[in-house]
Amino acid sequence: MVDLLDVINVGLFAAAIRMATPIVYAALGGMFSERVGVVNIGMEGIMLTSALGGVTVSYYTGNPWLGVAAAVAIGGLMGLVHAVVTVKYAGNQIVSGTGLNILAMGFTAYMSQILWGSRGASESVASIEDITIPFLSDVPVIGPIIGTHSPLVYLMPVVTVICYVVLFRTPLGLHIRAVGEHPTAAETAGIDVVRIKYMGVIVSGMLSGLGGAFLSLSHLNLFARGMTGGRGFIALAALIFGKWMPFGVLEAGLLFGFADALQMRLQSLGILPPQIILMIPYVLTVAVLAGVVGKAKPPSDYKPYKRE
Amino acid sequence: MTERLTGAARRALADLRRGSEGALFQVAAILLAFIVGALVLYASGYDPVSAYAAMLRGAFGDMYGVGQTLTQATPIIFTSLAFLVSSKAGLFNIGAEGQFLVGAFTSAIVGIYLVELPWVLHIPLALLVGAITGGAWGLIAAVLKTRFNAHEVITTMMLTYVATYLTGYMVNYPFKAPGWVSQTVKIAPSAELPRILPPTQLSAGILVALALVAFTAYLLRKTILGFELRAIGLNPSAAESAGISINRGIMTAMFLSGAMAGLGGACEILGVHRRFIEGFSPGYGWDGLAVALVGGLDPVGSLLASILFGALRSGGMIMTRSTKVPLDIVIILQGLVIIFVAAPAFIRSLLKRRRK
Repeated sequence: MVDLLDVINVGLFAAAIRMATPIVYAALGGMFSERVGVVNIGMEGIMLTSALGGVTVSYYTGNPWLGVAAAVAIGGLMGLVHAVVTVKYAGNQIVSGTGLNILAMGFTAYMSQILWGSRGASESVASIEDITIPFLSDVPVIGPIIGTHSPLVYLMPVVTVICYVVLFRTPLGLHIRAVGEHPTAAETAGIDVVRIKYMGVIVSGMLSGLGGAFLSLSHLNLFARGMTGGRGFIALAALIFGKWMPFGVLEAGLLFGFADALQMRLQSLGILPPQIILMIPYVLTVAVLAGVVGKAKPPSDYKPYKRE
Repeated sequence: MTERLTGAARRALADLRRGSEGALFQVAAILLAFIVGALVLYASGYDPVSAYAAMLRGAFGDMYGVGQTLTQATPIIFTSLAFLVSSKAGLFNIGAEGQFLVGAFTSAIVGIYLVELPWVLHIPLALLVGAITGGAWGLIAAVLKTRFNAHEVITTMMLTYVATYLTGYMVNYPFKAPGWVSQTVKIAPSAELPRILPPTQLSAGILVALALVAFTAYLLRKTILGFELRAIGLNPSAAESAGISINRGIMTAMFLSGAMAGLGGACEILGVHRRFIEGFSPGYGWDGLAVALVGGLDPVGSLLASILFGALRSGGMIMTRSTKVPLDIVIILQGLVIIFVAAPAFIRSLLKRRRK
């Protein structure tokens, strides 16, 4: 009989926060993209490519923070590709995203083989060290959960707040929301719809890239084939579950991160089938869409915008 | 009467013209992908010409290559038709992978447990169950759409992951064969689709696939149901005022689409693997979406594009063995084709620039 305390303990909650980090970053990114009317299902591929790019830069420079910067830049670049296809050429958003995902899967494995001679994984590189918050880490229960983490974990709530402020407290945010909800009216009001759309999609790429960097430069210290393991899609689910709102996304990300952490725990202990837990985020998302758990209405109708 | 005929002829001509223009786009997108792929190869120190030549030789150079190419193409024919049928009704079923897996799993169960059936009953029954369960999996998304207005792109994607983990659970727990591999036991010999080109793995599944290509073309062009589905896809409100039930159309399209993917999964199990192995699909369902688009959303186009993708997979393996180029260049090519196909306007602007 396995003691329940072996599963549910402070270590689990710390792991949940860690596993939530890449999901929250990507989902926040997806929020900007969807709020300007572009679905980005290519986030999975963007995370993967950025994870590789970050490791590559850290491998050659020995500086993981340069790696993070590179990952964000690569993410932005891939976001730009998605924007060119879907905004400039009014291409299908789902097809473009699928293409990015498949391209990323092939490209990262190809490059890993060229750079390190292995399809499976890169060599270990310098990664971002965890930091310990003084005093906080000494508090019982809370200390072990949130006292020691990667700086990128601590950045997560900060970025969430920034996203909230930008989206709901600045003129730019107003423009973003207007473009998603009513592009024609936005254009009439003098907003450069195409520019805002580009911006939203590029930001989604950059934040996805940050999520990818967390996986390869903080959670691990190497690139492994397919290491995102569907987190880009989970992020899409978190985005819906969080009703396209920054703090909703944060909560959903934490919930799905908890499921991920729980699943890993249970897998190592072998008491509950991990597949059942892995399924939870997807089942929950379908339930939300069916209105079983609240209602989910997307902020835009995802149509390519044509200037009249 | 004559008026109606000339109208039909004019429409057919317009279709044809659009078709050939469309085909030009598809070919341009494929060429462009291969050009970018060649640049990637060149930049990483490989000779693109010899790599592509090895790929071509591997895929079509001998009977074995052709057999393996068709083997790889078979499941993609099903999943691309699945995507095609839903897209004609204006639906974006990107969950063919999930429907494929569900159909594969249930057909394996029928193949394993309904023993002592003669093969003339056993094979069709297993295929039928695979198709129906795949269709049912697709129907979930249709219900979510018609009753709750949930977008099928998201629901079919989420349901694909549910299917992946659900079948994964099944072959790791209740239906796990003895041993350490996550798989079921073998199906009964009476449920095995015969291999038609040994020593390749090409099975009679390719014949089912070809029949489905013909059926889909017939369904869409010659039947009332096909007409109704296309009408819904082209203009839902006009279709509705013409008395077509949109909700029923969505249900039918999603069921048919899922059933086609499920049938593909069943053929793959009964013909190639003969048991359900976790992770046996390298993403045939996702390929289907791409292939349907590369094929210009036409059944015969789907068949041709499936063979292209099958050739990439089978030729790629030979290429890796003889030139040491990483196999993943094949996946890069697939991704590039999809991105270029996503933006016909981009290809159009390229072609226009050429003409100037």
